[in-house]
Amino acid sequence: MDHRPQNWGRPRDDVYGAYDGSYLQSSGPKQATQSPIVTGTSVIALKFKDGVVMAADNLASYGSLARFTDVPRLRSFAETSVIGFGGDVSDMQYLNRHLTDLSIDEAYAAPSSTDTTTSPGAGTLNAANLHKYLQKLLYSRRNNFDPLWNQILVAGLDSSEAPFLASVDMRGTAFTSPSLATGFGAALAQPIMRRYAETDEQAAQLSREEAVKIIKECMKVLYYRDARSLDKYSLAVVTKAGVEISEDEQLEQQSWAFAERIKGYGTQTV
Amino acid sequence: MAMFSQNPLMNGPNYSFNEAPRVNAPEGARQHRFDPYTDNGGSTLAIAGADFAIMAGDTRLTSGYSINSRYHPKVFKIGGTTADQKDATLVLSVVGFMADGEALKEKLDSICKMYRYRHGKAMSVEACARRLSIILYQKRFFPYYAYAILGGLDEQGKGAVYSYDPVGSYEREQCRAGGAAASLIMPFLDNQVNFKNQYEPGSGEGHALQERERRPLTRAEVEILVKDAFDGAVERHIEVGDGLQMMVVTATGIEEIYLPLKKD
Repeated sequence: MDHRPQNWGRPRDDVYGAYDGSYLQSSGPKQATQSPIVTGTSVIALKFKDGVVMAADNLASYGSLARFTDVPRLRSFAETSVIGFGGDVSDMQYLNRHLTDLSIDEAYAAPSSTDTTTSPGAGTLNAANLHKYLQKLLYSRRNNFDPLWNQILVAGLDSSEAPFLASVDMRGTAFTSPSLATGFGAALAQPIMRRYAETDEQAAQLSREEAVKIIKECMKVLYYRDARSLDKYSLAVVTKAGVEISEDEQLEQQSWAFAERIKGYGTQTV
Repeated sequence: MAMFSQNPLMNGPNYSFNEAPRVNAPEGARQHRFDPYTDNGGSTLAIAGADFAIMAGDTRLTSGYSINSRYHPKVFKIGGTTADQKDATLVLSVVGFMADGEALKEKLDSICKMYRYRHGKAMSVEACARRLSIILYQKRFFPYYAYAILGGLDEQGKGAVYSYDPVGSYEREQCRAGGAAASLIMPFLDNQVNFKNQYEPGSGEGHALQERERRPLTRAEVEILVKDAFDGAVERHIEVGDGLQMMVVTATGIEEIYLPLKKD
Protein backbone atom coordinates (compact mmCIF):
# COMPACT_ATOMS: atom_id res chain seq x y z
CA MET A 1 0.00 0.00 0.00
CA ASP A 2 1.31 3.34 -1.05
CA HIS A 3 0.45 5.73 1.78
CA ARG A 4 1.11 8.91 -0.22
CA PRO A 5 -2.28 10.20 -1.30
CA GLN A 6 -0.83 12.02 -4.31
CA ASN A 7 -0.06 8.63 -5.85
CA TRP A 8 -3.50 7.09 -5.33
CA GLY A 9 -5.50 6.40 -8.44
CA ARG A 10 -2.43 6.55 -10.68
CA PRO A 11 -0.79 3.72 -12.59
CA ARG A 12 1.71 2.07 -10.23
CA ASP A 13 5.32 3.01 -10.91
CA ASP A 14 6.53 -0.55 -10.09
CA VAL A 15 4.21 -2.00 -12.73
CA TYR A 16 4.17 0.67 -15.48
CA GLY A 17 7.40 2.59 -14.81
CA ALA A 18 7.63 6.18 -13.69
CA TYR A 19 5.17 8.53 -15.32
CA ASP A 20 6.69 10.36 -18.25
CA GLY A 21 5.95 13.96 -17.30
CA SER A 22 7.49 15.33 -20.50
CA TYR A 23 4.10 15.02 -22.20
CA LEU A 24 2.76 17.69 -19.86
CA GLN A 25 5.63 20.10 -20.32
CA SER A 26 4.99 22.76 -22.86
CA SER A 27 8.55 22.84 -24.11
CA GLY A 28 9.27 23.87 -27.66
CA PRO A 29 7.22 26.24 -29.77
CA LYS A 30 3.67 27.15 -28.83
CA GLN A 31 1.08 25.07 -30.61
CA ALA A 32 -1.93 26.81 -32.06
CA THR A 33 -4.89 25.61 -34.11
CA GLN A 34 -3.45 24.09 -37.26
CA SER A 35 -6.68 22.66 -38.64
CA PRO A 36 -10.38 22.70 -37.85
CA ILE A 37 -11.83 19.65 -36.03
CA VAL A 38 -15.60 19.89 -35.61
CA THR A 39 -16.86 21.95 -38.51
CA GLY A 40 -19.96 23.59 -39.87
CA THR A 41 -20.56 23.84 -43.61
CA SER A 42 -22.01 26.68 -45.71
CA VAL A 43 -23.69 29.83 -44.47
CA ILE A 44 -25.72 31.78 -47.04
CA ALA A 45 -27.31 35.22 -46.87
CA LEU A 46 -29.17 37.61 -49.14
CA LYS A 47 -30.15 41.27 -48.79
CA PHE A 48 -33.70 42.40 -49.57
CA LYS A 49 -35.71 45.63 -49.50
CA ASP A 50 -35.61 46.24 -45.77
CA GLY A 51 -33.21 43.73 -44.31
CA VAL A 52 -31.22 40.54 -44.71
CA VAL A 53 -32.09 36.83 -44.74
CA MET A 54 -29.50 34.30 -43.60
CA ALA A 55 -29.49 30.50 -43.33
CA ALA A 56 -27.19 27.69 -42.22
CA ASP A 57 -27.93 24.07 -41.39
CA ASN A 58 -27.77 22.73 -37.81
CA LEU A 59 -24.99 20.21 -38.38
CA ALA A 60 -21.57 20.11 -36.76
CA SER A 61 -19.47 17.49 -38.59
CA TYR A 62 -16.47 15.60 -37.27
CA GLY A 63 -14.66 15.03 -40.53
CA SER A 64 -17.17 13.09 -42.63
CA LEU A 65 -19.14 11.98 -39.54
CA ALA A 66 -22.38 13.88 -38.94
CA ARG A 67 -21.48 14.24 -35.25
CA PHE A 68 -23.82 16.88 -33.74
CA THR A 69 -27.13 17.41 -35.48
CA ASP A 70 -28.62 20.19 -33.37
CA VAL A 71 -26.06 22.99 -33.39
CA PRO A 72 -27.56 26.30 -34.49
CA ARG A 73 -24.88 28.28 -36.30
CA LEU A 74 -26.75 31.57 -36.60
CA ARG A 75 -26.39 33.71 -33.49
CA SER A 76 -27.93 37.05 -32.67
CA PHE A 77 -25.86 39.78 -30.98
CA ALA A 78 -26.67 43.17 -29.47
CA GLU A 79 -30.31 42.56 -30.48
CA THR A 80 -29.50 44.16 -33.83
CA SER A 81 -27.47 41.66 -35.83
CA VAL A 82 -27.16 38.05 -36.88
CA ILE A 83 -23.81 36.36 -37.31
CA GLY A 84 -23.51 33.07 -39.20
CA PHE A 85 -20.48 30.88 -38.55
CA GLY A 86 -18.87 28.38 -40.91
CA GLY A 87 -15.73 26.43 -40.09
CA ASP A 88 -14.55 25.32 -36.66
CA VAL A 89 -17.37 24.97 -34.11
CA SER A 90 -15.24 25.41 -30.98
CA ASP A 91 -13.91 28.68 -32.40
CA MET A 92 -17.54 29.64 -33.06
CA GLN A 93 -18.38 28.95 -29.42
CA TYR A 94 -15.40 31.04 -28.32
CA LEU A 95 -16.53 33.93 -30.52
CA ASN A 96 -20.09 33.51 -29.28
CA ARG A 97 -18.95 33.99 -25.68
CA HIS A 98 -16.66 36.83 -26.62
CA LEU A 99 -19.28 38.75 -28.62
CA THR A 100 -21.93 38.18 -25.96
CA ASP A 101 -19.60 39.70 -23.35
CA LEU A 102 -18.84 42.54 -25.73
CA SER A 103 -22.47 43.36 -26.42
CA ILE A 104 -23.31 43.25 -22.69
CA ASP A 105 -20.44 45.63 -21.96
CA GLU A 106 -21.56 47.92 -24.77
CA ALA A 107 -25.16 47.88 -23.56
CA TYR A 108 -24.01 49.00 -20.11
CA ALA A 109 -21.58 51.59 -21.50
CA ALA A 110 -24.09 53.16 -23.88
CA PRO A 111 -27.59 52.19 -22.78
CA SER A 112 -30.31 52.90 -25.28
CA SER A 113 -32.23 56.03 -24.48
CA THR A 114 -34.92 55.81 -21.83
CA ASP A 115 -37.43 56.36 -24.60
CA THR A 116 -38.83 52.84 -24.99
CA THR A 117 -40.22 53.52 -28.46
CA THR A 118 -36.77 53.30 -30.08
CA SER A 119 -35.64 49.91 -31.31
CA PRO A 120 -33.87 47.80 -28.70
CA GLY A 121 -30.14 48.36 -28.54
CA ALA A 122 -30.34 51.56 -30.55
CA GLY A 123 -27.22 53.64 -30.19
CA THR A 124 -25.08 50.61 -29.38
CA LEU A 125 -23.48 48.01 -31.64
CA ASN A 126 -24.85 47.62 -35.15
CA ALA A 127 -23.91 44.99 -37.70
CA ALA A 128 -21.26 47.20 -39.33
CA ASN A 129 -19.60 47.73 -35.94
CA LEU A 130 -19.62 44.00 -35.18
CA HIS A 131 -18.21 43.19 -38.61
CA LYS A 132 -15.34 45.65 -38.26
CA TYR A 133 -14.62 44.33 -34.77
CA LEU A 134 -14.56 40.71 -35.99
CA GLN A 135 -12.32 41.66 -38.91
CA LYS A 136 -9.77 43.25 -36.56
CA LEU A 137 -10.00 40.29 -34.17
CA LEU A 138 -9.53 37.63 -36.84
CA TYR A 139 -6.74 39.58 -38.55
CA SER A 140 -4.80 40.00 -35.32
CA ARG A 141 -5.24 36.29 -34.56
CA ARG A 142 -3.84 35.40 -37.98
CA ASN A 143 -0.92 37.80 -37.34
CA ASN A 144 -0.13 35.76 -34.21
CA PHE A 145 -0.39 32.50 -36.20
CA ASP A 146 -3.25 31.47 -33.92
CA PRO A 147 -6.21 31.80 -36.27
CA LEU A 148 -9.88 31.41 -35.46
CA TRP A 149 -10.77 28.89 -38.17
CA ASN A 150 -14.06 30.41 -39.34
CA GLN A 151 -15.74 32.02 -42.28
CA ILE A 152 -18.29 34.44 -40.91
CA LEU A 153 -21.24 36.33 -42.35
CA VAL A 154 -22.58 39.37 -40.50
CA ALA A 155 -26.10 40.63 -41.27
CA GLY A 156 -28.08 43.54 -39.95
CA LEU A 157 -28.34 47.26 -40.55
CA ASP A 158 -25.57 49.85 -40.84
CA SER A 159 -25.46 53.25 -39.14
CA SER A 160 -27.80 54.74 -41.76
CA GLU A 161 -30.25 51.85 -41.16
CA ALA A 162 -29.66 50.39 -44.64
CA PRO A 163 -29.41 46.58 -44.96
CA PHE A 164 -25.85 45.46 -44.21
CA LEU A 165 -24.26 42.15 -45.18
CA ALA A 166 -20.56 41.39 -44.99
CA SER A 167 -18.14 38.52 -44.64
CA VAL A 168 -14.86 37.98 -42.83
CA ASP A 169 -12.62 34.93 -42.94
CA MET A 170 -9.88 33.36 -40.80
CA ARG A 171 -7.22 35.61 -42.37
CA GLY A 172 -9.15 38.81 -41.75
CA THR A 173 -10.17 39.29 -45.37
CA ALA A 174 -13.42 41.23 -45.29
CA PHE A 175 -15.85 42.15 -48.05
CA THR A 176 -19.49 42.93 -48.74
CA SER A 177 -21.91 41.97 -51.49
CA PRO A 178 -25.69 41.89 -52.05
CA SER A 179 -25.55 38.11 -51.52
CA LEU A 180 -22.86 36.10 -49.76
CA ALA A 181 -22.12 32.43 -49.16
CA THR A 182 -19.31 30.54 -47.42
CA GLY A 183 -17.87 27.12 -48.22
CA PHE A 184 -19.79 25.03 -50.74
CA GLY A 185 -22.42 27.75 -50.85
CA ALA A 186 -19.96 30.00 -52.71
CA ALA A 187 -20.09 27.54 -55.62
CA LEU A 188 -23.66 26.23 -55.36
CA ALA A 189 -25.85 28.92 -53.79
CA GLN A 190 -24.13 32.16 -54.84
CA PRO A 191 -24.99 31.76 -58.57
CA ILE A 192 -28.67 31.22 -57.69
CA MET A 193 -28.79 34.23 -55.39
CA ARG A 194 -26.93 36.42 -57.92
CA ARG A 195 -29.59 35.58 -60.51
CA TYR A 196 -32.03 37.58 -58.34
CA ALA A 197 -29.70 40.13 -56.75
CA GLU A 198 -26.63 40.89 -58.84
CA THR A 199 -26.51 44.46 -57.54
CA ASP A 200 -27.65 46.33 -54.44
CA GLU A 201 -30.33 48.01 -56.56
CA GLN A 202 -31.77 44.64 -57.55
CA ALA A 203 -31.60 43.42 -53.94
CA ALA A 204 -33.54 46.52 -52.89
CA GLN A 205 -36.37 45.36 -55.18
CA LEU A 206 -36.76 42.00 -53.41
CA SER A 207 -39.52 41.53 -50.87
CA ARG A 208 -38.97 39.58 -47.68
CA GLU A 209 -41.07 36.66 -48.98
CA GLU A 210 -39.09 36.49 -52.22
CA ALA A 211 -35.78 36.58 -50.37
CA VAL A 212 -36.82 33.82 -47.97
CA LYS A 213 -38.01 31.71 -50.90
CA ILE A 214 -34.66 32.11 -52.71
CA ILE A 215 -32.72 31.22 -49.56
CA LYS A 216 -34.88 28.12 -48.97
CA GLU A 217 -34.29 27.03 -52.56
CA CYS A 218 -30.52 27.45 -52.07
CA MET A 219 -30.59 25.38 -48.86
CA LYS A 220 -32.27 22.58 -50.83
CA VAL A 221 -29.64 22.68 -53.57
CA LEU A 222 -26.94 22.60 -50.88
CA TYR A 223 -28.54 19.63 -49.15
CA TYR A 224 -28.71 17.68 -52.41
CA ARG A 225 -25.08 18.29 -53.36
CA ASP A 226 -23.10 19.00 -50.16
CA ALA A 227 -22.30 15.73 -48.40
CA ARG A 228 -21.61 17.49 -45.08
CA SER A 229 -25.05 19.08 -44.85
CA LEU A 230 -28.33 18.46 -43.06
CA ASP A 231 -32.00 18.97 -43.90
CA LYS A 232 -32.58 20.73 -40.58
CA TYR A 233 -31.48 24.32 -40.68
CA SER A 234 -31.78 27.77 -39.09
CA LEU A 235 -33.26 30.75 -40.87
CA ALA A 236 -32.80 34.33 -39.70
CA VAL A 237 -34.42 37.54 -40.89
CA VAL A 238 -33.02 40.89 -39.72
CA THR A 239 -34.98 44.09 -40.29
CA LYS A 240 -35.40 47.43 -38.58
CA ALA A 241 -37.95 45.70 -36.35
CA GLY A 242 -35.30 43.39 -34.95
CA VAL A 243 -34.01 39.85 -35.36
CA GLU A 244 -36.10 36.73 -35.94
CA ILE A 245 -34.27 33.41 -35.87
CA SER A 246 -36.02 30.11 -36.40
CA GLU A 247 -33.74 27.21 -35.49
CA ASP A 248 -35.92 24.26 -36.49
CA GLU A 249 -36.59 24.74 -40.18
CA GLN A 250 -37.03 21.59 -42.24
CA LEU A 251 -36.36 21.38 -45.99
CA GLU A 252 -39.66 21.38 -47.90
CA GLN A 253 -40.40 19.40 -51.07
CA GLN A 254 -37.19 17.43 -50.72
CA SER A 255 -36.98 13.79 -51.76
CA TRP A 256 -34.42 11.22 -52.86
CA ALA A 257 -37.13 9.21 -54.67
CA PHE A 258 -35.69 10.16 -58.05
CA ALA A 259 -32.46 8.37 -57.18
CA GLU A 260 -33.69 4.85 -57.85
CA ARG A 261 -34.61 5.81 -61.41
CA ILE A 262 -31.08 6.89 -62.20
CA LYS A 263 -29.24 4.18 -64.08
CA GLY A 264 -25.89 3.80 -65.72
CA TYR A 265 -23.48 4.65 -62.91
CA GLY A 266 -20.97 2.52 -60.98
CA THR A 267 -21.24 -1.27 -61.10
CA GLN A 268 -24.88 -1.25 -62.13
CA THR A 269 -25.28 -2.89 -65.52
CA VAL A 270 -28.97 -2.48 -66.40
CA MET B 1 11.21 33.94 -53.07
CA ALA B 2 8.87 32.84 -55.84
CA MET B 3 5.85 33.75 -53.72
CA PHE B 4 6.49 37.47 -54.04
CA SER B 5 7.54 37.35 -57.65
CA GLN B 6 5.42 38.95 -60.31
CA ASN B 7 7.41 37.22 -62.99
CA PRO B 8 5.24 34.77 -64.95
CA LEU B 9 8.37 32.86 -65.99
CA MET B 10 8.93 31.84 -62.38
CA ASN B 11 5.36 31.18 -61.42
CA GLY B 12 3.45 30.42 -64.58
CA PRO B 13 0.30 32.50 -64.89
CA ASN B 14 -0.21 34.68 -61.83
CA TYR B 15 -3.28 32.96 -60.40
CA SER B 16 -3.52 33.02 -56.64
CA PHE B 17 -3.81 29.23 -56.38
CA ASN B 18 -0.45 28.80 -58.07
CA GLU B 19 0.98 30.29 -54.90
CA ALA B 20 -0.05 27.34 -52.71
CA PRO B 21 2.92 26.25 -50.62
CA ARG B 22 4.80 23.35 -52.16
CA VAL B 23 5.19 20.75 -49.45
CA ASN B 24 8.57 19.04 -49.51
CA ALA B 25 7.85 16.64 -46.66
CA PRO B 26 8.24 12.92 -47.36
CA GLU B 27 5.18 10.97 -48.50
CA GLY B 28 2.66 10.44 -45.71
CA ALA B 29 4.36 12.92 -43.37
CA ARG B 30 2.23 15.80 -44.55
CA GLN B 31 0.87 18.13 -41.91
CA HIS B 32 -1.73 20.74 -42.67
CA ARG B 33 -0.24 24.09 -41.79
CA PHE B 34 -1.93 27.43 -41.55
CA ASP B 35 -0.96 29.65 -44.45
CA PRO B 36 -1.46 33.25 -43.37
CA TYR B 37 -1.50 34.57 -46.95
CA THR B 38 -3.88 34.41 -49.88
CA ASP B 39 -4.03 36.34 -53.10
CA ASN B 40 -7.26 38.19 -53.76
CA GLY B 41 -6.40 38.97 -57.39
CA GLY B 42 -7.21 42.24 -59.08
CA SER B 43 -4.97 44.81 -60.66
CA THR B 44 -3.96 48.43 -60.14
CA LEU B 45 -2.47 51.10 -62.36
CA ALA B 46 -1.05 54.57 -61.83
CA ILE B 47 0.06 57.21 -64.33
CA ALA B 48 1.61 60.59 -63.53
CA GLY B 49 0.86 63.55 -65.80
CA ALA B 50 2.28 67.08 -65.94
CA ASP B 51 -0.15 68.47 -63.35
CA PHE B 52 -2.17 65.43 -62.28
CA ALA B 53 -1.83 61.78 -61.24
CA ILE B 54 -4.34 59.06 -62.01
CA MET B 55 -4.65 56.03 -59.73
CA ALA B 56 -6.86 53.18 -60.87
CA GLY B 57 -7.87 49.70 -59.81
CA ASP B 58 -10.50 47.15 -60.68
CA THR B 59 -13.11 46.36 -58.02
CA ARG B 60 -13.24 42.55 -58.18
CA LEU B 61 -12.22 40.55 -55.11
CA THR B 62 -11.47 36.88 -55.76
CA SER B 63 -10.41 33.79 -53.91
CA GLY B 64 -9.38 30.95 -56.22
CA TYR B 65 -12.00 30.69 -58.97
CA SER B 66 -14.68 32.41 -56.82
CA ILE B 67 -15.66 36.05 -57.06
CA ASN B 68 -16.12 37.18 -53.47
CA SER B 69 -17.29 40.67 -54.32
CA ARG B 70 -17.86 42.71 -57.46
CA TYR B 71 -17.33 46.02 -55.66
CA HIS B 72 -14.38 46.10 -53.30
CA PRO B 73 -12.23 49.21 -53.83
CA LYS B 74 -8.44 48.97 -54.00
CA VAL B 75 -7.80 52.70 -54.34
CA PHE B 76 -8.03 54.93 -51.26
CA LYS B 77 -7.71 58.58 -50.37
CA ILE B 78 -5.11 59.00 -47.63
CA GLY B 79 -4.50 61.55 -44.92
CA GLY B 80 -7.63 63.71 -44.93
CA THR B 81 -8.64 65.45 -41.71
CA THR B 82 -11.76 63.33 -41.21
CA ALA B 83 -12.99 59.85 -42.04
CA ASP B 84 -14.69 61.02 -45.25
CA GLN B 85 -11.25 62.12 -46.60
CA LYS B 86 -12.78 65.23 -48.18
CA ASP B 87 -9.54 67.25 -47.95
CA ALA B 88 -7.12 64.39 -48.73
CA THR B 89 -4.27 65.10 -51.14
CA LEU B 90 -2.77 61.61 -51.53
CA VAL B 91 -4.06 58.37 -53.00
CA LEU B 92 -2.88 54.85 -52.18
CA SER B 93 -3.67 51.71 -54.15
CA VAL B 94 -3.03 48.24 -52.78
CA VAL B 95 -3.34 44.84 -54.43
CA GLY B 96 -2.37 41.31 -53.46
CA PHE B 97 -3.59 40.03 -50.10
CA MET B 98 -6.39 42.46 -49.32
CA ALA B 99 -6.43 41.99 -45.51
CA ASP B 100 -2.78 43.09 -45.44
CA GLY B 101 -3.44 45.80 -48.01
CA GLU B 102 -6.21 47.32 -45.95
CA ALA B 103 -4.21 47.07 -42.73
CA LEU B 104 -1.41 48.91 -44.53
CA LYS B 105 -3.84 51.55 -45.80
CA GLU B 106 -5.25 52.16 -42.33
CA LYS B 107 -1.78 52.39 -40.80
CA LEU B 108 -0.56 54.91 -43.38
CA ASP B 109 -3.78 56.88 -43.11
CA SER B 110 -3.55 57.21 -39.33
CA ILE B 111 0.11 58.27 -39.60
CA CYS B 112 -0.79 60.95 -42.17
CA LYS B 113 -3.64 62.13 -39.94
CA MET B 114 -1.28 62.42 -36.96
CA TYR B 115 1.17 64.37 -39.12
CA ARG B 116 -1.57 66.77 -40.16
CA TYR B 117 -2.67 67.17 -36.53
CA ARG B 118 0.87 67.89 -35.31
CA HIS B 119 2.12 70.09 -38.15
CA GLY B 120 -1.08 71.74 -39.30
CA LYS B 121 -0.52 70.80 -42.94
CA ALA B 122 -0.94 67.77 -45.16
CA MET B 123 2.03 65.42 -45.60
CA SER B 124 3.95 65.94 -48.86
CA VAL B 125 3.95 63.01 -51.28
CA GLU B 126 7.75 62.66 -50.96
CA ALA B 127 7.54 62.38 -47.16
CA CYS B 128 4.60 60.02 -47.27
CA ALA B 129 6.39 57.87 -49.84
CA ARG B 130 9.42 57.42 -47.59
CA ARG B 131 7.19 56.75 -44.56
CA LEU B 132 5.30 54.06 -46.49
CA SER B 133 8.58 52.38 -47.41
CA ILE B 134 9.52 52.31 -43.71
CA ILE B 135 6.14 50.87 -42.69
CA LEU B 136 6.57 48.07 -45.22
CA TYR B 137 10.17 47.35 -44.21
CA GLN B 138 9.24 47.22 -40.52
CA LYS B 139 7.43 44.01 -41.37
CA ARG B 140 10.35 42.67 -43.44
CA PHE B 141 10.19 39.19 -41.88
CA PHE B 142 6.38 38.85 -41.93
CA PRO B 143 5.62 41.17 -44.82
CA TYR B 144 2.41 42.87 -45.84
CA TYR B 145 1.80 40.81 -48.99
CA ALA B 146 0.56 43.81 -50.95
CA TYR B 147 1.85 45.80 -53.88
CA ALA B 148 1.31 49.44 -53.05
CA ILE B 149 1.35 52.49 -55.30
CA LEU B 150 1.19 56.01 -53.87
CA GLY B 151 0.08 58.96 -55.98
CA GLY B 152 -0.13 62.71 -55.49
CA LEU B 153 1.33 66.01 -56.61
CA ASP B 154 4.93 66.90 -55.76
CA GLU B 155 6.14 70.24 -54.42
CA GLN B 156 6.31 71.69 -57.96
CA GLY B 157 2.73 70.56 -58.58
CA LYS B 158 3.78 67.79 -61.00
CA GLY B 159 2.07 64.41 -60.86
CA ALA B 160 4.02 61.90 -58.74
CA VAL B 161 3.68 58.13 -58.63
CA TYR B 162 5.70 55.99 -56.22
CA SER B 163 5.59 52.19 -56.55
CA TYR B 164 6.58 49.60 -53.94
CA ASP B 165 7.31 45.94 -53.52
CA PRO B 166 5.91 44.12 -50.45
CA VAL B 167 9.04 44.77 -48.33
CA GLY B 168 9.39 48.47 -49.05
CA SER B 169 11.72 48.95 -52.02
CA TYR B 170 10.36 51.95 -53.86
CA GLU B 171 11.00 54.39 -56.66
CA ARG B 172 9.27 57.32 -58.30
CA GLU B 173 8.01 56.50 -61.77
CA GLN B 174 5.99 57.92 -64.63
CA CYS B 175 3.66 54.94 -64.59
CA ARG B 176 3.28 51.55 -62.93
CA ALA B 177 0.89 48.59 -63.05
CA GLY B 178 0.52 46.28 -60.07
CA GLY B 179 -1.20 43.03 -59.16
CA ALA B 180 -2.50 40.04 -61.07
CA ALA B 181 -2.45 41.62 -64.54
CA ALA B 182 0.66 43.77 -64.01
CA SER B 183 2.58 41.67 -66.52
CA LEU B 184 -0.16 42.29 -69.08
CA ILE B 185 -0.57 46.02 -68.51
CA MET B 186 3.03 47.16 -67.93
CA PRO B 187 4.35 46.51 -71.47
CA PHE B 188 1.33 48.36 -72.87
CA LEU B 189 2.18 51.31 -70.62
CA ASP B 190 5.86 51.24 -71.62
CA ASN B 191 4.75 51.62 -75.20
CA GLN B 192 1.92 54.11 -74.75
CA VAL B 193 3.22 56.33 -71.92
CA ASN B 194 6.98 56.19 -72.34
CA PHE B 195 6.80 55.57 -76.12
CA LYS B 196 9.15 52.58 -75.89
CA ASN B 197 9.84 50.88 -79.24
CA GLN B 198 8.35 53.80 -81.10
CA TYR B 199 10.70 55.43 -83.62
CA GLU B 200 10.55 58.37 -86.00
CA PRO B 201 9.45 56.97 -89.37
CA GLY B 202 12.19 57.01 -91.97
CA SER B 203 14.91 58.09 -89.50
CA GLY B 204 17.20 55.26 -90.59
CA GLU B 205 18.24 51.80 -89.45
CA GLY B 206 20.09 50.40 -86.43
CA HIS B 207 21.80 53.11 -84.38
CA ALA B 208 20.52 55.78 -86.72
CA LEU B 209 16.96 55.04 -85.61
CA GLN B 210 15.52 57.98 -83.72
CA GLU B 211 13.21 57.38 -80.80
CA ARG B 212 9.89 59.12 -80.86
CA GLU B 213 10.19 62.17 -78.63
CA ARG B 214 8.44 61.84 -75.27
CA ARG B 215 5.80 64.33 -74.27
CA PRO B 216 3.55 64.48 -71.20
CA LEU B 217 0.12 63.02 -71.88
CA THR B 218 -3.05 65.02 -71.30
CA ARG B 219 -5.57 63.98 -68.70
CA ALA B 220 -8.13 62.96 -71.35
CA GLU B 221 -5.53 60.77 -73.09
CA VAL B 222 -4.54 59.11 -69.82
CA GLU B 223 -8.13 58.34 -68.82
CA ILE B 224 -8.66 56.59 -72.15
CA LEU B 225 -5.35 54.76 -71.75
CA VAL B 226 -6.35 53.49 -68.30
CA LYS B 227 -9.71 52.21 -69.55
CA ASP B 228 -8.05 50.50 -72.53
CA ALA B 229 -5.42 48.90 -70.29
CA PHE B 230 -8.10 47.45 -68.02
CA ASP B 231 -10.33 46.34 -70.89
CA GLY B 232 -7.33 44.42 -72.19
CA ALA B 233 -6.53 42.92 -68.79
CA VAL B 234 -10.14 41.86 -68.22
CA GLU B 235 -10.11 40.02 -71.54
CA ARG B 236 -7.04 37.96 -70.66
CA HIS B 237 -7.03 37.61 -66.86
CA ILE B 238 -9.83 35.90 -64.93
CA GLU B 239 -9.08 37.70 -61.65
CA VAL B 240 -9.65 41.17 -63.13
CA GLY B 241 -13.04 42.68 -63.92
CA ASP B 242 -16.42 43.97 -62.68
CA GLY B 243 -15.62 47.66 -62.22
CA LEU B 244 -12.90 50.26 -62.72
CA GLN B 245 -12.32 52.82 -60.00
CA MET B 246 -10.20 55.83 -60.89
CA MET B 247 -8.96 58.66 -58.65
CA VAL B 248 -7.62 61.75 -60.39
CA VAL B 249 -5.40 63.89 -58.16
CA THR B 250 -5.28 67.53 -59.28
CA ALA B 251 -4.40 70.81 -57.58
CA THR B 252 -8.12 71.40 -56.92
CA GLY B 253 -8.72 68.06 -55.22
CA ILE B 254 -9.31 64.38 -55.91
CA GLU B 255 -11.96 63.32 -58.41
CA GLU B 256 -13.38 59.84 -58.29
CA ILE B 257 -14.63 58.06 -61.41
CA TYR B 258 -16.31 54.65 -61.60
CA LEU B 259 -16.71 52.81 -64.90
CA PRO B 260 -18.15 49.34 -65.44
CA LEU B 261 -15.93 46.51 -66.69
CA LYS B 262 -16.94 43.09 -68.02
CA LYS B 263 -18.42 40.95 -65.24
CA ASP B 264 -17.65 37.51 -66.78
